[in-house]
Amino acid sequence: MGVSEVQQTNLTSEKAKWMYQKMAEIRRFEDQVHETFSKGVLPGFVHLYAGEEAVAVGVCAHLDDKDSITSTHRGHGHCIAKGCDLKGMMAELYGKSTGLCRGKGGSMHIADVEKGMLGANGIVGGGFPLATGAALTAKLKKSGGVAVCFFGDGANNHGTFHEGINMAAIWDLPVVFVAENNGYAEATPFEYASSCENIAERAASYGIPGETVDGKDAMAVYDAAERAVARARAGKGPSLIECKTYRNYGHFEGDAQTYKPESEKKEHLTELDAIILFRQFVLQNGLASEDDLHVVDENVKKEIEEAVSFAEESPLPEVKELTTDVYVSYKE
Amino acid sequence: MGRVITFSDALNEAMKQAMRKNEDVILLGEDVAGGAEVDHLQNEDAWGGVMGVTKGLIQEFGKDRVLDTPIAEAGYVGAAVSAAATGMRPIAELMFNDFIGSCLDEVMNQGAKLRYMFGGKAKIPLTIRTMHGAGFRAAAQHSQSLYGLFTAIPGVKVVVPSTPADAKGMLIASIEDDDLTVFFEDKTLYNMKGEVDEEYYSIPIGKADIKRQGEDLTIVAIGKQVHTALEAAEQLVKKGIETEVVDPRSLSPLDEETILQSVMKTSRLIVIDEANPRCNAATDISAMVADKGFDYLDAPIKMITAPHCPVPFSPALEDVYLPTPEKVLEVVSELIDDDSSIAM
Ligand SMILES: Cc1ncc(C[n+]2csc(CCOP(=O)(O)OP(=O)(O)O)c2C)c(N)n1
Ligand SMILES: [Mg+2]
Repeated sequence: MGVSEVQQTNLTSEKAKWMYQKMAEIRRFEDQVHETFSKGVLPGFVHLYAGEEAVAVGVCAHLDDKDSITSTHRGHGHCIAKGCDLKGMMAELYGKSTGLCRGKGGSMHIADVEKGMLGANGIVGGGFPLATGAALTAKLKKSGGVAVCFFGDGANNHGTFHEGINMAAIWDLPVVFVAENNGYAEATPFEYASSCENIAERAASYGIPGETVDGKDAMAVYDAAERAVARARAGKGPSLIECKTYRNYGHFEGDAQTYKPESEKKEHLTELDAIILFRQFVLQNGLASEDDLHVVDENVKKEIEEAVSFAEESPLPEVKELTTDVYVSYKE
Repeated sequence: MGRVITFSDALNEAMKQAMRKNEDVILLGEDVAGGAEVDHLQNEDAWGGVMGVTKGLIQEFGKDRVLDTPIAEAGYVGAAVSAAATGMRPIAELMFNDFIGSCLDEVMNQGAKLRYMFGGKAKIPLTIRTMHGAGFRAAAQHSQSLYGLFTAIPGVKVVVPSTPADAKGMLIASIEDDDLTVFFEDKTLYNMKGEVDEEYYSIPIGKADIKRQGEDLTIVAIGKQVHTALEAAEQLVKKGIETEVVDPRSLSPLDEETILQSVMKTSRLIVIDEANPRCNAATDISAMVADKGFDYLDAPIKMITAPHCPVPFSPALEDVYLPTPEKVLEVVSELIDDDSSIAM
């Protein structure tokens, strides 16, 4: 793993800055949640995306609001990359009525359908058929949209992987299946739980392209996603991209992570850090200056502070909200 | 000899003792050890289950008998059904009962029905341990109480313990039982402490336990709600009302006799079940009493359940979702106006 070798890039300066900003937002958001959670302020389970920023951002750089994504229990990064509002996200984690799901979903179910973010998911493997269905809508309604299914290395062993991808393949649906192979499913290593060496190899059995990339390298992800999204938009069907990555924190907050070797942890928090790598790439290619990136960093810091204040100051949902939103209509 | 341990440790001890006693007993599930095949861990568990309930089992029993599985509930629950049918006595851990969506076929159409369909020529000595219950801020897909679903399926036994001592004895009974048993563990009870015998013992499935004696009112409560009932009962004493709290402990089979006997004595019944209100344990038990014990009743049967909605994330909503002692007191005041009416 290292900085993308391709020194000539067609990435615009504007896009590069957007990507840097989104990666910085994810990192700071997650670091903030980590800190707040450790103080006992936040309820429930939270699974942090820090370390994997290059994947969500490298893929979502090719998407807009007409495209949809399905996410996982580790969904904050996908939300941010897909343009969800940071204040609404933070408020959701606090269980406040101003949250993206009005406090009903929380971290594990955070969603914003208008942005094409079809939800984090408490059920591992839940996303495969959901993405396939969203792509079916896009195809039948000729919206030009694609659906991206983010999933973990653990999810790749769930039965829905097979059913969802096979259907997308036989119907030539515009789906991009993006494996976030961070090496572990909870405490269980990928190598133990999967019979394949790379998840991308499994694409061959569905007759679709499968490619393994360095998921710490935002440009490697960006390039692979560009090909897969173009193929989907052209009506040629789904692809699978496997991004080898790493989660910086535990499976969920409170995980002691004894299953990770110390050297591995250290390496990923330093020389293999996705944001440091992308920063170098941007500077080396003259896509932004140190000053530009500094301004982004400062803005992001402010945005996250504002999101926290917004969440803290927002009201809790009213009791009558408990039984609303179960149905559109229901005869009592 | 008894000593005070947690609900979680009681379950751990039950599994350890059952595995020592019978080497056909194996454990499989996601991260029941954790960190399988990681070089520096060897036979150590990184997790011992997501809540640490199976901690230490791999050290004692090794990788052949304590199997970390891929995230493949249909795969390993189905395999456990068949391993049971062919000579093993597995404990399969379904981390959260909500994940039954991923393997209902294996339980409902395979495990529950093989024996009947094969004319009695198979048995499925399988225990599926699974976590349930709201109150953990775990939201809609990790907080349900789905025992009602399994109670409806012939061929499945359903156990829902409420104390550490019952948890141990009933888990051992489930493992020893030759039928498929789904064993429910409320995630908010794991740290609860209680006196538990050190010895290997079992508590029969299908025998309710009277957790508190009383003459004026019967409350049948499921799992953690037994404690809601007991709390309410303490407060009712101040009003001169003596409550009998019946813990069925297993929903299938259901100890109808103990429930009916209690209602015969008190003439009033409240059922508390934190599951959603339709087709749950409360409706099942209430219907049974209406059917078989109508003549004993002096007042309508009352049910206290969650509302007909998923479990919300926000603490402000989840706290209202669950039954509480206050809600019980309110319902009791509908049944019994004041001390004088008890005598009637
Ligand atoms: C159907 C189902 N089974 C099990 C779980 C419990 N669980 C939550 S996350 C997780 C591990 C997921 O691993 P992976 O897919 O690699 O994603 P990562 O956490 O590494 O991002 C497990 C087992 C679940 N939520 N849903
Ligand atoms: Mg993983």
